[in-house]
Amino acid sequence: MEEKILDVRGLTVCFQTAKGTIRPVDDVSLTVPRGSIVGIVGESGCGKSMTARAVMGLVRYPGKVTGGSVLLDGREISALPERERRKLRGSEISMIFQEPMTSLNPVMRVGRQVEEAVLLHTDCTREEAKARVLEIFREVEIPEPEARYDCYPHQLSGGLRQRVLIAMAAVCRPKLLIADEPTTALDVTVEAQILSLLERLRDAGVSVLLISHNLGVIARVCDYVFVMYAGRIVEQAGTEALFERPRHPYTRGLFRAVASLREGGDALETIPGVVPNLLHLPAGCSFSLRCASCRSDCERRLPALAETEPGHKVRCFLAEEGGAR
Amino acid sequence: MRRSIAQRFAQALIVLTGVVLITFVMLRIVPGNPIETMMGEHADAATVARMTAELGLDQPLYRQFLRYIAAAVSGDFGTSYSLGKPVSQLIRSAFVNTLILALFAALFAWTLGIACGLVCAVGKNRLPDRLFMGFSLLGISLPVFMAAMFLQYLFAFKLKSFPISGTDSWRGFVLPAVALGWNSAGQVAQMTRSSLLEALEEDYIETARAKGLGRFGVLMRHALRNAMLPVLTMMTVQFSSLLSGAVITETVFSINGVGRLMVQAIAGRDIPLLQGTSLLATSVVILGSLLADCLYAVLDPRIRKEG
Repeated sequence: MEEKILDVRGLTVCFQTAKGTIRPVDDVSLTVPRGSIVGIVGESGCGKSMTARAVMGLVRYPGKVTGGSVLLDGREISALPERERRKLRGSEISMIFQEPMTSLNPVMRVGRQVEEAVLLHTDCTREEAKARVLEIFREVEIPEPEARYDCYPHQLSGGLRQRVLIAMAAVCRPKLLIADEPTTALDVTVEAQILSLLERLRDAGVSVLLISHNLGVIARVCDYVFVMYAGRIVEQAGTEALFERPRHPYTRGLFRAVASLREGGDALETIPGVVPNLLHLPAGCSFSLRCASCRSDCERRLPALAETEPGHKVRCFLAEEGGAR
Repeated sequence: MRRSIAQRFAQALIVLTGVVLITFVMLRIVPGNPIETMMGEHADAATVARMTAELGLDQPLYRQFLRYIAAAVSGDFGTSYSLGKPVSQLIRSAFVNTLILALFAALFAWTLGIACGLVCAVGKNRLPDRLFMGFSLLGISLPVFMAAMFLQYLFAFKLKSFPISGTDSWRGFVLPAVALGWNSAGQVAQMTRSSLLEALEEDYIETARAKGLGRFGVLMRHALRNAMLPVLTMMTVQFSSLLSGAVITETVFSINGVGRLMVQAIAGRDIPLLQGTSLLATSVVILGSLLADCLYAVLDPRIRKEG
């Protein structure tokens, strides 16, 4: 069996709100094998980012991780005290965010911001740290690294800023890099460059958990995909299997909502309705409210995540019975 | 950058000239004759006319103005009617006291204000936050003369730890500085708190946390510097208003500063003195905002580039 860099089991995050408790992440289990890129896909608000934050230990008040375990390279990290947890962040597990425009400190030179991570996690001198920064700048293909080192964020383009953020996340050679919508704010050509950069990092030994709402991005780089809906995993499979044989009605809806040039002609389909309010989830399958194949049973009982073929799991009664058309 | 500073200087000169012109005209069109005020009710008409001519007040307004400007450029701001000394000399000696008072007040206000704001932002909605914010509201809303008299009563009259008035030693400046700075401290505390809370919500704070920085590191290295930008602007404005004379504080504590001089000038219809003190106040405020812009550019690279 392949080695797991990240093994998340039954992760649950709760938020106390004035109107009641919501669970943006509900009993999520996922694994990232060493040397692979694993994707989480879903609509806005489905809990993908919150899952990433929970893995990082960055859930902010009033949110709280209330259950589950997170194993990083076999070591349980979710129960570690904050001091220990902090030492892992940026060194063994790091994260890049959606908004390269605002994710860098505007009043600090970008080189120094990356250097900060090196100084924090190693015993380097300033000179050694700077050398390390320039090296990673070259690695993530930032042109003229020496000149860029002294730039302020506003002097760089969005793509370059994202490269700086990736450099910052990768500079200490983490075991796992979580990329939360790393290309959403960028234009398409830059997107392709950033994705191949992630692939190169993977080849260099950094496993990646890639979060995206964009199926194209997922299809291009991921080895394995988790589909999330309303805080739960509804389907998981190898990328190829998922794209060829989507089982869950929600996954199918997602695929139909993506315009395909080959098919052309037809009007673009949408999934009717919106992601349900997490305060008023149905007792059963959370997709039942929007599902065209919904049966009376679906609203009362929560289907289990059942394996339909090796490596392919679906949370749907229809798929379980092998009947989902 | 250098060009924008030059531009700002040119602007400052225009504003300054405008202010001189306005005060000049205002002081001459308000009812009441300065000579009559000076000489008392029983002065005879001939003497008043002679004095008026002697001081050049019978000349057309534009000639008076040009004469004033010409003299002012060479450093001569006229002679005070009521005190009989050159205005520049009076202001110079008063300004020293005002400067010391302003420095003391600013030191007190900013140390206290920033410290409180920091504590409040870090422990948002906890007890110290509520306590300090209550205090800062008190600081903002309590009139200076109330604070001044309260301090005088408690620390000078009852506890006798500081002199009640006068500026014979630095101890004389402590109570007035606290009274004067109290208000600024409240403002700085509130601004620091809200600005810091806003900064802590920014995306780069998340990046800093993801990097492995602890709470303290995130706060000091990333949030504070960004949060201090608006606070700094406020502090420069505060300082220039402190410098242009604390009328009430100086009066209550009998400090011979610019503010008190201004009160004397108004009471005595002392046109040259009043003009001199208002010119000083204006220059200080303009210089202050110029300084704020330069400081801002030093701290915020985004502004540096646009200049």
